[in-house]
Amino acid sequence: MSGFDWLFFTEVSLAGLGAGALLALTGLAFVLIYKATKVVNLAIGEMLMIGAYVFFSFTAGLGLPWWAALIAALAAGGLLGAVVERAIIRPMLGESAISVFMVTIGLGSVLIGLVELTWGAAPTSLPDFMGKAPVFIGPAYVSRKIVIGFAVAAAVIAVFLIAFRYWRGGVALRATATDQGAAYSCGINVPAIFSMAWVFAGVAAAGAGVLVGAVGGISPNMGVFGLSALVVVIVGGLDSIAGALIGGILVGLIEAWAGTYLGGEYKLLTTFGLLLIVLMIRPYGLFGTVEIERL
Amino acid sequence: MRIGTAKQTYAADEALFDTNVQRAWMGLFIALCVAFPFMASEYWLYMACLVAIHVISVTGLNIVTGFTGLVSLGQAAFMGVGAYAVAYAETKLGTPALLNLLAAGLLTAAVGALVGIPSLRVKGLYLAIATIASSIILHFIFANWDSVTNGVKGVSVPPARIFGVELGRPFALYFLILPLAFLSVLGAANLFRTRIGRAFIAIRDRDISAEVLGIPLLRYKLMSFALASFYAGVAGGLWAYFFRVVTPESFPFVYSIFFLAAIIVGGMGSILGSILGAVFMTMVPEVLKIGVGVASPLLSDAVAVLSPVRTIVFGILIIGFLVFEPHGLAEIWSRIRRFFHLWPFKT
Amino acid sequence: MDGTERPVLEVNGLSLAFGGLKVLNDVSFAVPQGSVTAIIGPNGAGKTSIFNCISGFYRPKAGHILFEGEDIGPFHPPRRAALGLARTFQNIALFRGMTVLDNIKLGRHAHMKTSLLDALCYFGRARREEMELRREVEEKIIDFLEIDHIRNKPVASLSYGLRKRVELARALAMKPKILMLDEPVAGMNREETEDMARFILDVKEEWGVTILMVEHDMGLIMDISDHVVVLNFGQVIAAGKPAEVTANPDVIRAYLGSGDVEALRREFRGEAA
Repeated sequence: MSGFDWLFFTEVSLAGLGAGALLALTGLAFVLIYKATKVVNLAIGEMLMIGAYVFFSFTAGLGLPWWAALIAALAAGGLLGAVVERAIIRPMLGESAISVFMVTIGLGSVLIGLVELTWGAAPTSLPDFMGKAPVFIGPAYVSRKIVIGFAVAAAVIAVFLIAFRYWRGGVALRATATDQGAAYSCGINVPAIFSMAWVFAGVAAAGAGVLVGAVGGISPNMGVFGLSALVVVIVGGLDSIAGALIGGILVGLIEAWAGTYLGGEYKLLTTFGLLLIVLMIRPYGLFGTVEIERL
Repeated sequence: MRIGTAKQTYAADEALFDTNVQRAWMGLFIALCVAFPFMASEYWLYMACLVAIHVISVTGLNIVTGFTGLVSLGQAAFMGVGAYAVAYAETKLGTPALLNLLAAGLLTAAVGALVGIPSLRVKGLYLAIATIASSIILHFIFANWDSVTNGVKGVSVPPARIFGVELGRPFALYFLILPLAFLSVLGAANLFRTRIGRAFIAIRDRDISAEVLGIPLLRYKLMSFALASFYAGVAGGLWAYFFRVVTPESFPFVYSIFFLAAIIVGGMGSILGSILGAVFMTMVPEVLKIGVGVASPLLSDAVAVLSPVRTIVFGILIIGFLVFEPHGLAEIWSRIRRFFHLWPFKT
Repeated sequence: MDGTERPVLEVNGLSLAFGGLKVLNDVSFAVPQGSVTAIIGPNGAGKTSIFNCISGFYRPKAGHILFEGEDIGPFHPPRRAALGLARTFQNIALFRGMTVLDNIKLGRHAHMKTSLLDALCYFGRARREEMELRREVEEKIIDFLEIDHIRNKPVASLSYGLRKRVELARALAMKPKILMLDEPVAGMNREETEDMARFILDVKEEWGVTILMVEHDMGLIMDISDHVVVLNFGQVIAAGKPAEVTANPDVIRAYLGSGDVEALRREFRGEAA
């Protein structure tokens, strides 16, 4: 293996880690919703896309500074989460998980259409706000955007983890996740927890959207990123935050390697091949809780 | 309470159409279907063929998703398998059209059973996601298996020939597609009068108890997938004869969502719902086209607006029906029928 | 029931554990041919778990289950059902999307031969088999259980007592050799309980089906069972004729502290009087 270019491999892997952090962030948004409301939100990629496009409007359209646009995008993400929860998820309370899943498919369709209608179908790129100077980690070159994306995603995930563990609302959310009825009777406002989970997930998704858009540009198809995030959470386990993080890194690396060494068209193929293998070996993901069925 | 429905035999009680009035309506409907091509314009024939193809595919999806409870997001990809099978048979083998359609169905059924294998370990949403994975893998094969699918360029399909008659125009194809759609729907309706259909529904409602009551789960889940895929394969084969060119872009993931929307709108777990859903969802884009056409003086770029509006409307239909009318158009239809049972003597 | 005849069902040394939790520990008992055998015990004693092991839903850690002398351990649940092991469920497991009639017909599934192709064509074999089934269900089961007025209703619309009866009907359609009833009268009023007792006895007498049931209603057990097995913390603590068992000091101790002690006391007074 003397011909193997280890430096190049390291660079590809670092890029994969960067993408993995973004996947993990999106996966976190996904798990947040699933833990609190038991909804598998297939529209997470489209929520992410909305965040990116709102950011685009405020920077490229209105010429706001990037930090103001970012705040606007996060706020829009949170608002979207709240509206979606209140308007279409809550009326579905008590319906089968599959019906709610299909509602989120409908939601994804609506969001794609809205983006195309408002901003057009052509792909575009976000204004550069991160600078272009490359970063070197040792001898390995990494794109600056990817480094910033990784750092921001890691920081946001850390904040979420701490909040989840120590903040009152985070504890209430975990209680709701464990047993809705018991949480309700302990005086936890369960509907408020539902809204909160969707708002936070919306904010996280919008943030991830801005980062993803900055790295790879934006288009009405960028919701496909949500499919990769879906693989992340299935591989990690739908209700496991640690699973989302490790799954994110794993899928990020595998996509980077497959994309580089096999060709771009193999990216999704490898990701979903991995998904099928994990489903067959560990149906509830690497860290997910096994559901016990009763007669 | 309905009147005039007293039966003398169990067979009469289990007939698909159990009153003379129903049978008369059905006869009238068939007569209309036969007369239709001689009265309708080219456009309406085109639409009728497309609707009939969709009816076949939607009926299949309803069997696996609506009746067996296994959400499949791969119906369009399965249609793709059927379409490519027909394209390959026509261009490389030159076998007769009816045989090609049967082969397309059988091949797709085999692929469907393969895709259903994860149901050995997973169910519910996990299975739905596994079908997304399968559908993406199938797309990859369509785009990259050059020797069979001719890659992204796709395959041109010669017109179907049956007993030396060339079925090129919608007028001729109508007489191939419509009878097949009829047979498909009839087969599905029959299925749910027998033990197999009951087993499917039992799996949907409570699979673990079904197993203890004597239904081998894996075999029936795979059977359901295979049957749904057979329908998709035949529909895809007809699609290939109808549009005459098959490319990887012909069967995108959103087409699978279109079929899912059709069973939701029509009514999950209802044969009638499959038909109503297929008709409704196929006609919606046409209505939107007219709507956009009317509004075009007000819009700067009417054509560009059409596609996103269609996407939005599909989404809204899925959400709206799931939230407000989970049993779909079939339920609305039966409500209307109930109203007329005693009309005008209703108190 | 003279003891010389081979029992229809034998459970030998059955043990079951979920992780570290021992649910069943070396449980052995036999169900004599043609008997009504009752398994009783406090909540959480493992009664339903025994049923689930017999059905094949749980895989026991150790032990054997012999059905008509054959070890059914390696058989998966549908095969056991086809052998004639029919059951009802504690939390009624009817199929909500089907009518009463279809629910009952479903019970016959394992004994029918209609293939997928037959089913799609319907006319011919499928129709013949379905009509035969319909006639039998109507004449033997629906009439017998007096549920002809609800045959075309969706099960979701039925009262609790009727649902239990439909479940019994479905189990009867399974051509049972042994009928396992999980709390057949739980939550029923006195009249419904009496109806159900009558049906159970009729099934035993007229159909010649052996019955194994889990039940809390001591009155019903004293009235209709021939043989009682008492379970506590996953172990058999007593077995025998109903009167013997209720006099057993271990049994009384097991029930003390659980709400069912009153039921036993009443039963004692009934015996003494």
